[in-house]
Amino acid sequence: MAGSNPNAKPMNLTLKVWRQKNRNTQGSIVDYQVKDISPDMSFLEMLDVLNEDLLRKGEEPVAFDHDCREGICGSCNLFINGRAHGPESGTTTCQLHMRKFNDGDTITIEPWRAAAFPVNKDLSVDRSAFDRIIQAGGYVSINTGGTPDANEIPIPKQIADRAFEAATCIGCGACVASCKNASAMLFVSAKVSQLALLPQGHVERKTRVENMVAQMDKEGFGACTNIGSCAAECPVGISLENIAILNQEFLLAKATSNNLA
Amino acid sequence: MSWISKTFSSSIGRKIIMAVTGLFLCSFLVVHLVGNLQLFKADNGVAFNAYSEFMGHNPLIRTLEIVLVLGFGFHIYEGLTLAAKNRAARGGQGYVSNHIEQNSSWHSRSMAMLGSIVLFFLIVHLYNFFGSLRFTDVPRDANGNEDAYALVLAAFKNPLYVTLYVVAQIALLYHLLHGFSSAFQTLGLTHRKYTPAIKFVGYAFSIIVCAAFAAMPIYFYFFK
Amino acid sequence: MFPDSKIPEGPLAEKWDKHKFNVKLVNPANKRKYDVIVVGTGLAGASAAASLAELGYNVKAFTFHDSPRRAHSIAAQGGINAAKNYQNDGDSVFRLFYDTIKGGDYRAREANVYRLAQVSVNIIDQCVAQGVPFAREYGGLLANRSFGGAQVSRTFYARGQTGQQLLLGAYSALSRQVAYGKVKLYTRSEMLDVVVVDGQARGIITRNLITGEIEQHAAHAVVLATGGYGNVFYLSTNAMYCNVTAAWRAHKRGAYFANPCFTQIHPTCIPVSGDYQSKLTLMSESLRNDGRVWVPKTVETAERIRKGQLKASDVPEEDRDYFLERKYPAFGNLVPRDVASRNAKQMCDEGRGVGSTGLAVYLDFADIIKRTGAEAVAQKYGNLFDMYAKITDENPYQEPMRIYPAVHYTMGGLWVDYNLQTTIPGLYATGECNFSDHGANRLGASALMQGLADGYFVIPYTIGDYLAQTPPKPVTTDHPAFKQTEAEVRARVQKLMSINGTRTPDDFHKHLGHLMWEYCGMARNAEGLRYAKAEIQKLRKEFWSDLKLTGTENELNQALEKAGRVADFIELGELMVDDALDRNESCGGHFREEFATEEGEAKRDDENYAYVAAWQYVGENQPEILNKEQLVFENVKLTQRSYK
Repeated sequence: MAGSNPNAKPMNLTLKVWRQKNRNTQGSIVDYQVKDISPDMSFLEMLDVLNEDLLRKGEEPVAFDHDCREGICGSCNLFINGRAHGPESGTTTCQLHMRKFNDGDTITIEPWRAAAFPVNKDLSVDRSAFDRIIQAGGYVSINTGGTPDANEIPIPKQIADRAFEAATCIGCGACVASCKNASAMLFVSAKVSQLALLPQGHVERKTRVENMVAQMDKEGFGACTNIGSCAAECPVGISLENIAILNQEFLLAKATSNNLA
Repeated sequence: MSWISKTFSSSIGRKIIMAVTGLFLCSFLVVHLVGNLQLFKADNGVAFNAYSEFMGHNPLIRTLEIVLVLGFGFHIYEGLTLAAKNRAARGGQGYVSNHIEQNSSWHSRSMAMLGSIVLFFLIVHLYNFFGSLRFTDVPRDANGNEDAYALVLAAFKNPLYVTLYVVAQIALLYHLLHGFSSAFQTLGLTHRKYTPAIKFVGYAFSIIVCAAFAAMPIYFYFFK
Repeated sequence: MFPDSKIPEGPLAEKWDKHKFNVKLVNPANKRKYDVIVVGTGLAGASAAASLAELGYNVKAFTFHDSPRRAHSIAAQGGINAAKNYQNDGDSVFRLFYDTIKGGDYRAREANVYRLAQVSVNIIDQCVAQGVPFAREYGGLLANRSFGGAQVSRTFYARGQTGQQLLLGAYSALSRQVAYGKVKLYTRSEMLDVVVVDGQARGIITRNLITGEIEQHAAHAVVLATGGYGNVFYLSTNAMYCNVTAAWRAHKRGAYFANPCFTQIHPTCIPVSGDYQSKLTLMSESLRNDGRVWVPKTVETAERIRKGQLKASDVPEEDRDYFLERKYPAFGNLVPRDVASRNAKQMCDEGRGVGSTGLAVYLDFADIIKRTGAEAVAQKYGNLFDMYAKITDENPYQEPMRIYPAVHYTMGGLWVDYNLQTTIPGLYATGECNFSDHGANRLGASALMQGLADGYFVIPYTIGDYLAQTPPKPVTTDHPAFKQTEAEVRARVQKLMSINGTRTPDDFHKHLGHLMWEYCGMARNAEGLRYAKAEIQKLRKEFWSDLKLTGTENELNQALEKAGRVADFIELGELMVDDALDRNESCGGHFREEFATEEGEAKRDDENYAYVAAWQYVGENQPEILNKEQLVFENVKLTQRSYK
């Protein structure tokens, strides 16, 4: 009972899904057939159908991360047919709909691949490296209470808007997954430039970028070679401009900070 | 580790070295090209040989030569190091299906490979001309300058060399198409107003320089 | 006797200040001797964990997500209210208090709501200082917009992603404390029980979702910030992992559960399109500012639309029924959420619903597009229109949107006193997890406000009062209660794994959701509720005898996680039905068909039902005891809401 399009024909698909027991075992691609898939389903609802089917047959369902299914929490992270979040640009996996596929298609589904994102199981990966990068300095060091009135510091609308755009990063890791170098520069740069643009971030500007970049390197992410895959695959459109700002901030910090270590 | 070595061993630091040396090498290309344009002068190499003699013996140029070697050295070393580190960052298990061509250009992804072709060419090129001029006795022309022109003439009658030189220039072209504007991005020198101009200049620069260099072997092979 | 709600004496406006003075303090050097567990890292949890760590307490923060940033607070769209009066339009703390009490249909505590309005102004200061990029005017100052249920512009926003920006702000504060070592962060750890030692909450039992390990964690106090239980309906605007387990486990250990039947149904969601549907997507309330809600005048026209023989845009003006404008000329399309939702349901019940399922009404933008042009509409609502198009494959610039109400928020939750402490000493509940401030209906842009108020500005004060009376001796997991509780958790997990029946957790969840939506949803009646109660009891038996799981409990097993949550939802569902049956009145989100005015509007019974229903668990398969906390209104006059 399709909602929007009563004429939409259900589809039968072949899925090639990466199955891996846990972090310490080898994985492989396993083929599955799914039938009667409505074009109005989201990609994850299609996987729900597969999992219900597997469970009923006594097999183990495919593990994958997801939560809000509105494209904002950043949980979902599937590499679909060779693209992070699948073929539609500007879209998270959960907002990808089956009408983008055709009856009889074969769809390859893999987890994010990067040395810094080890596989937990099947399609679920560990992205805690992102948290550790934020912990290295992705904040303004103020305690609760005692803050000045919110309107005390006027911020030009254009600056506020640019900071907002950088701040919309959902931390899904598509940038790392699609980068040839598994670089996390787009992710890091989004936070660095948000706080570099806003006056609130200026006090810790130099230490922030130094520490976040150091942590990024420590986690084992690659270096940016300005290929642009990250921005092209980013579901929320974080711009490469942020990486230039990060580079600038880094250079300036290293040249002028009082940090001799 | 001091802050300096820490800076330049970080991922961004290494990229900064790539960008600075890359832009420096671009400036070298311009100087090299302008000098070599003498080859097209219809004087059977008199001017070219004079230029070559000057470049080989002027103390200032000889000093700059050391800087140039360092520039190449760092660019090559950091380039290869980054390529290795980036491969390691990808992890052992690759994608079964990866359509990276749908989100990025081929040449931007192939900088290490393109650079390696240019490096191979550079070695052959140095052996052909620089090595002969610097380390062997080369006959002199009427003006008493080493006859570099004769070396060029001889080398570019060899179809193998001509092919290698042209292929190398194509590789360099693609290397520069990405490298030029990429260097500005790495140095954070971007601006909504000026970045389009930088991109345009980068494209024009790459095409003009590489076409002019490629024209030399072709000209000598077919027309001399 | 009902536990003391600890509302301070004195005039409303002075209660909180006086209370802050009267609570006991922990001396700064002693704070590091206390451990506090915070479960959940959304707005309420992350803000509490960060603020408590800043004060010097040792905090352990738990989330079942892979990162604190994934909590569902992130999906809030519209904004956050604060009585800043930056717009000079007559706002004040008292007005925000009044609007919230009235919006909640007079079923919330005056003192709590007033405090919420008071600290709302601090929240905005706090967030801006963190670098939250709120919308600004060209002059560089903060922008505001108006929202339902208020006549002033007091909503601060960051485009349609306010929740995301606020959560990332709280997450950054939390991350800073993790870096300082004051917060120990446990990700992918699901709380499965509270450990109560000598009547006091002293720890929790968790399951590591990656390895399956069952772990014990001890602390001097436990804060639950685990969100709402809207997913009891299976389909809701909540995220897939939202669940009641933490709150329900606490309930079964002695914490009262208040007003479980108060659920908010949001009128503007994208309708269900098929059986496979896993969740519903909200379309921001702001759309009702410019969209006109209608259905066809006749069942015949509606039928032709449902069969795809007629397009909405081809229905002539005289055949359309703009039912909200017709019935509520004063408020029109901007009636509160509960009224708009019930009317949409009524139209569909009459057979005039649209879409292939007949469970949708139109939200039409043709007028505004004609008046201001498509571009102006895109400026204002572009991202929402895009999201709609992506999900439905229809172009809302050409055809009206189809919308239908969906479960969105739960006002009910763990009963807490003025200190946000549950009926288990040492156990606190913050944010949507508690029942506190919204009464029977929550106003738009107030959820974010409450979560952050609790976490940043209330719990840091009130938890000190309890800790100051607890000796600063280390707490360990040595007490037999830990072993005992862990054994019970293990037994439960193993029982789930060993049933080996035929039905999947999702299957049971869908079944439960259907019962809840049909009989305890937008409109309820005694007969339906009684039927639902019997059905839920049957379902519960079936669940524990026919559940199907695969794999083992010693690995990432998402079906097992789901099963545990569904088991708790089933038990909660029954309590919701009991609560709805008890409340023989209609108020806010709770609409009993038997208690309506002649025009079919909600009819409150202040004489008999101006109380908080706090349910007490007494034992397996025993009816819960209803405790009533009488609500006292000294500062507002109770009136029947009218939007005619």
